[in-house]
Amino acid sequence: MRIKILIRLKKQILEPQGKVIEQSLNNLGFQGLENIRQGKLIELDLPENLNQQEKDDIISSACKKLLVNEIIEEYEVLG
Amino acid sequence: MSFKSAVITFPGSNCDRDALTYLKDLTNGEVLNIWHEETSIPAVDLIILPGGFSFGDYLRSGAMASKSNIIPEIIKHSESGKFLLGICNGFQILTEIGLLKGALIQNKNLKFLGKDCFIRKKHENKFNKFIKQDQVLQIPVAHNEGNFYCGEEDLKHLNDNGLIAFEYCKGSFSNSDENINGSINNIAGITNEQKNILGMMPHPERAYQSFHGSKDGKIIIESLLS
Repeated sequence: MRIKILIRLKKQILEPQGKVIEQSLNNLGFQGLENIRQGKLIELDLPENLNQQEKDDIISSACKKLLVNEIIEEYEVLG
Repeated sequence: MSFKSAVITFPGSNCDRDALTYLKDLTNGEVLNIWHEETSIPAVDLIILPGGFSFGDYLRSGAMASKSNIIPEIIKHSESGKFLLGICNGFQILTEIGLLKGALIQNKNLKFLGKDCFIRKKHENKFNKFIKQDQVLQIPVAHNEGNFYCGEEDLKHLNDNGLIAFEYCKGSFSNSDENINGSINNIAGITNEQKNILGMMPHPERAYQSFHGSKDGKIIIESLLS
């Protein structure tokens, strides 16, 4: 099963790349595109033979141990 | 008894050689260079996690290195009260391990900073005890992710427990605040509660010989040796 994990900086943390992207889009003539923030997407295959609880546990453990730094980031499993 | 120290090399470390000569020249003791895949470290007084781009900064700076084989040994070393110094990428690795509070995120202005900066001591510890309260050190920085962030509670904890080793300031003639990278409260370096672990973004190992332009980085090893 293919899983997508969306990782982004917490709201209160400045995300300077988003600001620059926003500036560039403005320069290209796009109007009203605001509050742009860039995050990252991780895709992975999970073993098929797991039940939902086991899948949730693996994802949560992988995020806590490596994929996400919870001091600055939050994540969402997109399924 | 002579002072023994070690420098850990990760794939992508690029200040390990500088850290080795820094220790060799200033401690006059044995200095070991240890590869990150090792699972044991001989008893030493100080370990340096050097600067660089360990594992290409993949995922987050220091994230991959914080899971290396050597890390449980580094934790054991620090728990025994011996000194541990993380410089630049080493600081990032220490926060990723969780030995130091906070995290280092991208510089506020999105620029890689490679220049001399000025720092001063805020709270005293064994790494900075020879630095006078009004003294300013000129030491280079070279980082893209040096913007120190921590939550309000952690910031209060750092302040209340005297864990802020260094903060950025303006040059020697004007000892006023400077914020080069967006760091909260201009923080350039912090320690753990026991104050035997220091993480700092500036590179003292690049400021100790006459051709470096500044010898201000010597004082950290001199403080530790005393």
